[in-house]
Amino acid sequence: MRSKSIRGLREAFRTTEMNFLNAITIGFKEIWAHKFRSLLTMLGIILGVSSLVAMSALVKGMENGMREALIAIGGLEKVRIEDQDIPMAQLHLADQAVGITMQDVNALKASAPLVRMVTPEMRVQRATFTHGGKSFTPFNFVGTSPEAIDMNQHVVEYGRMFNEIDNECANSVCVIGTMIRDELFGSPEKLGYELNPVGEQMMVNGQPLTIIGMFQHYESEQDRKYRLVEQSKPQQEQTGVTRSRGWGGGGGRGRGGSFVFRSKNGTVYLPINTMWLKFKTPTGTNTIPDPRLSSVYIKVENIDTLEPALQQARNILMNTHKGIEDFGFQTQENWADQINSTIHNARMSGGIIAAISLLVGGIGIMNIMLASITERIRELGIRKAIGATNVNVFIQIIVESVVIAVLGGIAGLVASYALVQVIALLSPTENTPIITVPAMTIAFLFSAVVGVLAGLIPAFKAAKLDPIQALRYE
Amino acid sequence: MALVEVRNVSKIYELGGEEIRALDDVSLDIDLGEFISIIGPSGSGKSTLMHILGCLDSPTKGSITLDGTMIQDARGQQLARIRNQKIGFVFQFFNLLPKLNVLQNVELPMIYSGAGARERRDRAMAALKLVDLENRVRHRPMQLSGGQQQRVAIARALVNDPKIVFADEPTGNLDSVTGEAILSLFEQLSLQGRTIALVTHDPEIAARTPRRIEIRDGKIAKQIDPRLAGGVQNN
Repeated sequence: MRSKSIRGLREAFRTTEMNFLNAITIGFKEIWAHKFRSLLTMLGIILGVSSLVAMSALVKGMENGMREALIAIGGLEKVRIEDQDIPMAQLHLADQAVGITMQDVNALKASAPLVRMVTPEMRVQRATFTHGGKSFTPFNFVGTSPEAIDMNQHVVEYGRMFNEIDNECANSVCVIGTMIRDELFGSPEKLGYELNPVGEQMMVNGQPLTIIGMFQHYESEQDRKYRLVEQSKPQQEQTGVTRSRGWGGGGGRGRGGSFVFRSKNGTVYLPINTMWLKFKTPTGTNTIPDPRLSSVYIKVENIDTLEPALQQARNILMNTHKGIEDFGFQTQENWADQINSTIHNARMSGGIIAAISLLVGGIGIMNIMLASITERIRELGIRKAIGATNVNVFIQIIVESVVIAVLGGIAGLVASYALVQVIALLSPTENTPIITVPAMTIAFLFSAVVGVLAGLIPAFKAAKLDPIQALRYE
Repeated sequence: MALVEVRNVSKIYELGGEEIRALDDVSLDIDLGEFISIIGPSGSGKSTLMHILGCLDSPTKGSITLDGTMIQDARGQQLARIRNQKIGFVFQFFNLLPKLNVLQNVELPMIYSGAGARERRDRAMAALKLVDLENRVRHRPMQLSGGQQQRVAIARALVNDPKIVFADEPTGNLDSVTGEAILSLFEQLSLQGRTIALVTHDPEIAARTPRRIEIRDGKIAKQIDPRLAGGVQNN
């Protein structure tokens, strides 16, 4: 019995194989015969597919915006090693603790193969920069090594980064971020041109420092777009007395992660020896300034081996710290997790909305297919009388439904492209939506699946028609 | 052995709790090459008989052998295949598909039998030549006269070279002149050796066939058969 039905099915497929192209042609003819009706039916699928693709493009744009901040601070691979309270069990050894020093940096460089890069940081808080009567306190006043430029993803726009010789000689040189230039020498917005501060000298805590380089201006994609839009607008004429308009205007624009870019712009780097010898003061009877570092940054070779790399670094540091665990590791895993969960939520809610609209589109197709088979009962009866099997009829209806859905899907992909352009046009300062190939593939496959599902019930009804009654049907 | 052997076939419907015997214990044989008519007033059961013989319906009781195959218990799939390969239908209302042209209409049965495109075309053209319509192949059914449409339907019925052709009131929707032409076409086809069964209520049309089977109240009331002594058998 079972093998019989399988043979029957196989036979039906043999005849339907030839029949398949035919069924597709019939499907196209049916669509062409009812152009407006088919267009309306497809509209549901078009909207579903385009909203799915546009939604995922928006989420992708959002994701890129969030990830660019994470990358701007050095990515997930960057780990900060900093001082930490000594554990209870070792409190009696507290006065033996050496803190983080250049010895740790050298040891890590020499002995930790899972760590790609190590840079020291020696910070001085609240250093006051003065030049020509203006003063400014940058966020980060850091003595470090030349590799810091790679570690923290800096790009030098003017001049050069200091090098090992500058460090060996403890030259009074520094590389600044644009915020220091803007505050002490004037910003491009105020001056109307981009000022190159290389070669200028400023006083820092009473010591002269020569600017030998300046980083480029860092900003998020979103802020950059906003700035360009503002620039392209005609300058509004200032009326009345010139005045400062107070807080809350420009500046603090942009959501999530823009502080990363601001703090990067407010950075000053100088050779670590210069920092140590000129800005760290000797205390008490000790004539050598405090050699302890604020922190050490390491970059692991591979994010997949983050765990073993940290283990390796800890082992080495336990050695240099005489077994006293006065240091800790700080990663960006939480931030990355948070980005992932935000993206996941956005994707879920967008996906559900798009899925519902696809479902509605599918119901539209089912509705129209039911109407179509009722209209064509006689035709189906004739086809059955001259030898169409139930499977033949079933496949014909399914194929018609799929043809409508797939045409709608293709049109939806085209429409989604236009939709994304419109969204980008409407809010030019947002993160650019990005249409991805997987999103398009998924949306298209979904439309095909919806076509099959929507065709099932009408196809069953058509296949079960009694040919005699169908032929009598007026 | 006869081409069609019908043995004690009954078709019983339940209608509102009442039993209706559309066919009641009918037995008959149709031989290869016969030209017969099944005649009876409307409601006599002649259409039911034709539907059962044409594999569109199954009997409640009894057995039917078509070309050596028992079909009373066949499943939908097999019935469809038999309809496709061994049976041709000609209907009163032509039943052509309006969206297809003449050639495509005639090709349709071969699509379901799985013939290749070239074979379909060649055989459809041959069948259309037989009914003298080979110069109308690109027309739509609606652009043809009733007689022409019926000839297309006949070509469609013949295209898979069936064992038997059933014609259900083939002239019922035609004027007498075209109806006459269709009937002589059937006679001509019969002379070529095809087996044809005409279903009609009109004794005048039935008179054109050598053998007549009269159905009344689901039973064979009378058979006129040239092979019988005296030519008439009354049941």
